[in-house]
Amino acid sequence: MILAASAGNILVWIVWLAAGFACLASGIAVVSFSNPFYSALALIGNLGSLAVLYLLVSAEFVAAAQVLVYAGAVMVMFLFVIAYVGPRLEAPWAGGPPWQAVAAVLAAGSLLTEIIVAIGLKAGGSLSHDRSVPGSFGTPAWVGRLFLTDHLLAFEITSIVLLVAAVGGVILGGHVKRGGGEAPAQ
Amino acid sequence: MSGPGTAWYLALAAFLFGTGALGVLIRRNPLIVLLSLEIMLNGANLALIAFSRHVANGAGQIFALGVMAVAASEVCVGLGLVVALHRRRLALDVDTLSELRG
Repeated sequence: MILAASAGNILVWIVWLAAGFACLASGIAVVSFSNPFYSALALIGNLGSLAVLYLLVSAEFVAAAQVLVYAGAVMVMFLFVIAYVGPRLEAPWAGGPPWQAVAAVLAAGSLLTEIIVAIGLKAGGSLSHDRSVPGSFGTPAWVGRLFLTDHLLAFEITSIVLLVAAVGGVILGGHVKRGGGEAPAQ
Repeated sequence: MSGPGTAWYLALAAFLFGTGALGVLIRRNPLIVLLSLEIMLNGANLALIAFSRHVANGAGQIFALGVMAVAASEVCVGLGLVVALHRRRLALDVDTLSELRG
């Protein structure tokens, strides 16, 4: 029994390490590829490995939504637009004065340190013991019930946000009037 | 929870957020800036979901789904902007698009 439990534990660790490494590596790849097409493909890998991590913390519905909505719909839209615009190569560190790159690394590094320090100060003591959850935690039925009972307002406002974004996308991507030269598409 | 504890997930989330922030700061192509923004949002999502499991409360997962919807909206508007820039034959470079800077 104990042997089986520890074997399962080791398996979870192996899956976690593989997914976490893939997640970090593909994240760095997104930032450092010079071709935006490859960056988008690396982001698909990042989203897929994050979905594996979500499964490990029993968030099944969010993992499925991640793969369907993010890695599916959003990234296909990205790839379409990159193909439409044409991939322009751009060296990650090129352009601008060199102090800009140094300042960017310093800013991102200080942001990272700040997050780690804040989490460590606020939650460091209580992170070791977590609560047990029911078997239905994270299933689609459970998430659906939460959405339609406790978080109904958030659910409805999300639909309005999506509608407004769709209208904005149509207006921005609408046809530029011909003959008027630089007529703004308003 | 078997396997790694919540702290591991939070550390990974912080590193993802830092990577995305670095990308937003150093890259000049607006498409890659948008991709890096997605990484930042996903780092926040990972932290939300790890905390949701940690305190056994579903609000974190609901919030993560809301973040996903907001990310989809942001991509919709951002890509619309990129397409509009391309139509007007403006350079896709966030450093040259500084007309609205205060």
